[in-house]
Amino acid sequence: MSGINYIYPDFEVVRRDERCIRCRVCERQCANEVHRFDPERDMLISDESKCVNCQRCVSLCPTRALKIVRSDCRLRENANWDGDTIREIYKQAASGGVLLSSMGNPKPLPVYWDKLLINASQVTNPSIDPLREPMETRVFLGKKPEKLTRDENGKLRTDLTPQLELSLPVMFSAMSYGSISYNAHASLARAATELGTYYNTGEGGLHEDFYRYGPHTIVQVASGRFGVHEDFLEAGAAIEIKMGQGAKPGIGGHLPGAKVGPDVSRTRMIPEGSDAISPAPHHDIYSIEDLRQLVWSLKEATEHRKPVIVKVAAVHNIAAIASGIARSGADIIAIDGFRGGTGAAPTRIRDHVGIPIELALASVDQRLRDEGIRNNVSLVVGGSIRSSADVVKAVALGADACYIATAAVLALGCHLCRTCQTGKCNWGIATQQPELARRLNPDIGAERLTNLMTAWKREIMELMGGMGINSIEALRGNRLMLRGVGLNDAELRILGISHAGE
Amino acid sequence: MKRVYVNEEWCLGCHLCEYNCAFANSGESDMVKALKGKTLYPRIHVEGDEQITYAVSCRHCADPLCVRSCISGALHLEEGAVCISRDKCVGCLTCVLVCPYGAIAPGPDGAALKCELCLSNGRGEPACAAGCPNRAIVYEERGEESR
Amino acid sequence: MKKYVIIGGSIAGVSCVEGIRSIDPEGEITVITSEAHSNYGRPLISYYLEGKTDLVRMSWRGADFFERNGVTVLHEVSVTKLDPEGQKLTLSTGAALPYDEVCLCTGSYPFSPKFEGLEPVEKRFFFTTLADALALEKAVDRLTKVLIIGAGFIGLKCAEGLRDRAGSVTVCDLAKHAMSANLDADCAPILEKHLEANGLRLMLGDTVVRFEGQRAVMQSGKIVDFDVLVIAIGTRPNSALAAQAGAKVNRGILVDEAMRTSLPGVFAAGDCTESMDISAGEPGLLAVLPNASLQGRCAGVNMAGGSDTFRKGIKMNSIGFFGLHIMSAGTYTEPVYTEITEQGCKKLFARDGVLTGFILLGDVHRAGIYTSLIREKTPLDSIRFDEVKLDPSLLPFGRSYRAKKLGGAV
Repeated sequence: MSGINYIYPDFEVVRRDERCIRCRVCERQCANEVHRFDPERDMLISDESKCVNCQRCVSLCPTRALKIVRSDCRLRENANWDGDTIREIYKQAASGGVLLSSMGNPKPLPVYWDKLLINASQVTNPSIDPLREPMETRVFLGKKPEKLTRDENGKLRTDLTPQLELSLPVMFSAMSYGSISYNAHASLARAATELGTYYNTGEGGLHEDFYRYGPHTIVQVASGRFGVHEDFLEAGAAIEIKMGQGAKPGIGGHLPGAKVGPDVSRTRMIPEGSDAISPAPHHDIYSIEDLRQLVWSLKEATEHRKPVIVKVAAVHNIAAIASGIARSGADIIAIDGFRGGTGAAPTRIRDHVGIPIELALASVDQRLRDEGIRNNVSLVVGGSIRSSADVVKAVALGADACYIATAAVLALGCHLCRTCQTGKCNWGIATQQPELARRLNPDIGAERLTNLMTAWKREIMELMGGMGINSIEALRGNRLMLRGVGLNDAELRILGISHAGE
Repeated sequence: MKRVYVNEEWCLGCHLCEYNCAFANSGESDMVKALKGKTLYPRIHVEGDEQITYAVSCRHCADPLCVRSCISGALHLEEGAVCISRDKCVGCLTCVLVCPYGAIAPGPDGAALKCELCLSNGRGEPACAAGCPNRAIVYEERGEESR
Repeated sequence: MKKYVIIGGSIAGVSCVEGIRSIDPEGEITVITSEAHSNYGRPLISYYLEGKTDLVRMSWRGADFFERNGVTVLHEVSVTKLDPEGQKLTLSTGAALPYDEVCLCTGSYPFSPKFEGLEPVEKRFFFTTLADALALEKAVDRLTKVLIIGAGFIGLKCAEGLRDRAGSVTVCDLAKHAMSANLDADCAPILEKHLEANGLRLMLGDTVVRFEGQRAVMQSGKIVDFDVLVIAIGTRPNSALAAQAGAKVNRGILVDEAMRTSLPGVFAAGDCTESMDISAGEPGLLAVLPNASLQGRCAGVNMAGGSDTFRKGIKMNSIGFFGLHIMSAGTYTEPVYTEITEQGCKKLFARDGVLTGFILLGDVHRAGIYTSLIREKTPLDSIRFDEVKLDPSLLPFGRSYRAKKLGGAV
């Protein structure tokens, strides 16, 4: 490609030849075929136009001979027309197509977590040392009774509706088998089981090998109904109805036929090689009443033994939407913010649709409290929860628990190259090619996820201890523990917090 | 006894084990200095095709045919590990003739080279296992089969 | 405490000690050898001449092997009589030595036809013991013209060992090709070319008819002047002692798979025996070092009351001349694969669906995989033989085989 259609590569491969021992690991490891050995010249050469900067070659080069740098070949950009914007124009002018991308909104929109600061005890209400004192990070998700009630014998009534028990307020959110590999799913399933939390099937059904992790699995029912059948519903600990997701609110999903191999085909219950297209809406849901029907249908199908989650993307009227869901019979509402989304999405949707999770969470929690229905549901939030501090802030803003996906795949080796849509993930995560998928050994994957969550749990306990709080339940909705910095009055009002210094 | 075990399910075919092995046994502290521009003589090798890859190195058999067959007595057992006194080896390659795994090959001087579990090169553990990016090669104790 | 006697101090004898000691750490072991040296691999003697090893490094199991294992060694003593009923031996010293178990590891002796005029040839040698090599070392200098009769592996290894020490080395053999016992007419020429390129003079299909002083008159009428003569025509099992004692002897001492001879309390191992060749399906002489070692150990274990068998005997040989490696194994039945290039060749032989033999010349990488196919009698239809024959690897053996072999203890 040359002339008007030529776009200079985003990245350059820097190979320090004095360190290169011609082991050709880079060549073997790059599914994009960036590196090639030229026997005549006895050297490795690069085709940078194919490089996505996934860092696989850099990570495996045994002599540290490689680095990938951002190209400094600059377009004539300016504050209005930046390089990416110009390049996107070029791409669309050449192809006429919708731009695709993945791994969440990369735009420099506000990250409210970073403008929230956490309190700590000084002098009064002493802080607690988590190494010496018991700390409770366990949470239960599901409908809670308004008040304690006793039976005719004066005994406490404990017959709650079904609950999910989490050892820490974090779960792995939905990523379907198909969008991610078998080994990625195995890693998540094993880690969730070991940690005492949950992972989520996404809209891809549940591979038969993973039924044994069912007690730590949330099974998802989405608009395409892929892989949904009685055993699937029975297998999970909870059922999630996906109405929307943060990466692409308002639109459906599309798994290309190339990724639908024998296993994915069987698991999704669709023909091999066929595109799996999830419609934008559920064709049977046009109102809260319709949603209520599906919630109760699923409960009936599973004899009311499993909590039902309704997942929606954070959009403009989220508080009203959540209020409706809380009245639909759902036990848990999951809200996905606009920065979330581990999957492939149209770029414009990804970058321009939805609202920040922090604001959505604060307004939903407040609205449900105001309406006296907060105990009807638990709130789970996702959409770029990046650290234990984000978790603590989310809980203080009113969340019962968080969903993480990007952080989880990072733990599995993802380097955020944002080219999941190609199916050629060099780290074995977002791919169905066997030779790529086997690059993720679930022994390592599960161990790293467990490590990450264990580290977060320790940090959460430390932050709680600092605030003088020894139970995560006591932090939930405790907005006095948060202060804002650099926020305007509207933002502070929606978040329900004071400015730092107040 | 601890041995090197290979699980081909996780082998990437990256061949790093070969390079890590050659480096570990080079006596050099810098991989580039040890390997750049040189013919590689690893004691582990990767076999396979487009779909399957796996590494093969000495299995350290309980009753090693190579030790019994070695004409010079260079091959011997050290606490269960099959080791070679390379100064005794005359390069007849009878060990290559009898090893059922194809795990022994001549080195640059013609004397046989084989995995000695990095027991005496200062690595402390086999470099192939330590450097395997996907735990396809592990160094651990597993149940000994009764012979 | 049991009394063990081992006759022979080479590989079978040393391995027999190892076998006994693996079961019985206490028993009294005596090794008797007619040689001045023991505990060395005989094939090393050419490497000794070549300078690739020395007397210290040649020690097969270390200089202190016998001491470490509490073994009494009688050097330069031979056994003149074996009395299986009386369970005693008569030694060349006249002494009698009682035993509970005895193992004959008497090896083989070099065979020499009666050449006319041979007796007066002063500097003539065999090439099977270290003593032979040490004598040759003394007899040969940079001007010496060496004539070797026999282009089998003993003769040729001797030639290789002497090339840099001698003025010239000529090897003759009645057979048309070098190493005719191991190579066929397809493979041998590659070796012959290589040997000649490395300075050996070959006279094949021709041999000495008589000696006239320091001149050998050849069948072809050619005359070869020589200073030193080496006779390397072949070896025969040393079975006389056993035969005299009444043991069943064919070409070698007949042994069962526990290395028992037909006489009670008498075992035999190594080159002196004749045992089952599983590649041929019949007993044969399996006179190569690996078998001596395996048989010796097996005999030792059984002598000490343990239980071991030698069931996978085949002929196998790995040898190299001036950097060209040659491997051969088993029995050459029906050729199933042939690959001949300028640099080397590969021939595989099979019968009844199992590999029975092979010849490799040049590329010998992973040859043990072929050897293993013969020894294990692996049905060739249970693996992807079409791939194995091109390139020996574990790939065509299938995933479950590899999982067991590479993932389990072996």
